[in-house]
Amino acid sequence: MRKYIVFIVSILAVAVLAPAINSASAQTAAVDSEKEIERYREMINDPLANPGYLNVDRGEILWKTARGANKISLETCDLGEGPGKLEAAFAKLPRHFKDADRVMDLEQRLLWCMEKLQALDTADVKSRKFGSPGKYSDMEDLVAFIANKSNGLKFAVAVAHPKEKEMLAVGEAMFYARHSIMDFSCATCHAVDGTRIRLQALPNLSEPGKTVQQTMGSWPAYRVSQSQSRTMQHRLFDCYRQMRSPPPDYASDGLTALTLYMNTLAEGGVINVPSIKR
Amino acid sequence: MTSTFTTYMGLVTALATAIAVVTLPTATDAADPVSPALLDTYLKATFKKLPEGWTWDARVAQDETQRICSETRNKPSKDDAAKILAREAATVQYPADGKFIGSWKDGEKISQNGRGGQFSDEPGTVSGGNCYACHQMAPKELSYGTIGPSLLNYGRSKGYAEAEVKAAYAKIYNAQSAVACSNMPRFGFHKVLTEQQMKDVVAYLFDPESPVNK
Repeated sequence: MRKYIVFIVSILAVAVLAPAINSASAQTAAVDSEKEIERYREMINDPLANPGYLNVDRGEILWKTARGANKISLETCDLGEGPGKLEAAFAKLPRHFKDADRVMDLEQRLLWCMEKLQALDTADVKSRKFGSPGKYSDMEDLVAFIANKSNGLKFAVAVAHPKEKEMLAVGEAMFYARHSIMDFSCATCHAVDGTRIRLQALPNLSEPGKTVQQTMGSWPAYRVSQSQSRTMQHRLFDCYRQMRSPPPDYASDGLTALTLYMNTLAEGGVINVPSIKR
Repeated sequence: MTSTFTTYMGLVTALATAIAVVTLPTATDAADPVSPALLDTYLKATFKKLPEGWTWDARVAQDETQRICSETRNKPSKDDAAKILAREAATVQYPADGKFIGSWKDGEKISQNGRGGQFSDEPGTVSGGNCYACHQMAPKELSYGTIGPSLLNYGRSKGYAEAEVKAAYAKIYNAQSAVACSNMPRFGFHKVLTEQQMKDVVAYLFDPESPVNK
């Protein structure tokens, strides 16, 4: 039943949004589509009607499916709260894992479990790291499913292990690191309250508070403009694209460092995912 | 047994930590500044594959100005700011023909264009200045950003003065020749915009016929 509703809503969304995006001047369209998206967001605020929950459902199946040379599911994977324990796991990531002796975010940890526990060749999974029409992303599905298990909980990353401290410090440094042909850093757009790029509001992600809490607490998100569920990995990939940087490697340490930095600032923020975004 | 085991594990952990400290550049506390070597280790692990024709130096490694602005969170000391201003001013190359004002109509297109230089762009894509991403310019364009100051009536408000025209060109060429650690890209310095494109943007700001001044 849920899937049926989501399907219908998705079709409606395309029908409602397509004319708004293609018509009139760019400026009017931008204002109109922003309004339409806001209306659409309210309309499908009900979790049962959020297309991102399709990813949650698929993620649950993937989590429980035996795969890889070892023909086992991911249910023995320890995301930090114990093997198979999903509640609150996302709220405490990234964190240090003793078995790998590395600080990992959710994507890194999932890939580690696939490779080490399932003996799964992750080349195919990585080639589908970002979903597109007709191409499902296992990672986006799994992250939606697992992050959703922290709904209603607050971010509580513990920065205690030396490697976690190092990650946090590097994350902050990377946030402010100006580079490439436009001299941009994350801070160029995200260190001041109340600014916007063109008409798009920019969250200040440089200090603790409501803004960073709401931002981090609403990823992964169903992106209406892309008709896909996206995770922080994709958000950062797209930020670096706009910063004129090289494409950051999927599930690389720099992205984990940035995520740890932002989740630390977001401490106490309530998680409600997958959300709906533009 | 348990306590022996715990002690043993404690020693192993301590030894491992000691080795890590010796062999890797490690930040011991979140408040410590991150050494350039440690940051570089992470950047190398993050940007493993550069698109065809891209270089590490141009796209990831920091020059002295970028490094100081990053480490000081864009608030350089007076001394550093003076050094930046002098260094960056020395890079500005003014047009050989002494003319600063091109076509405001082309300048408008350049101000609207946010393409170029991204890994998603086709190689050879002509870069825009994307001025509207951060600045208000012509009153009719409502889709403008607010990261930079409003440039509404820019030329008119400066009395179309020759010195102001030259200063605007220098600012577009290298914003940090005017404001140390400015958020604005150094368009001429990084060759994002050509000399003609920068003249056109100056025209968009200073031509009395430009909608910016209407």
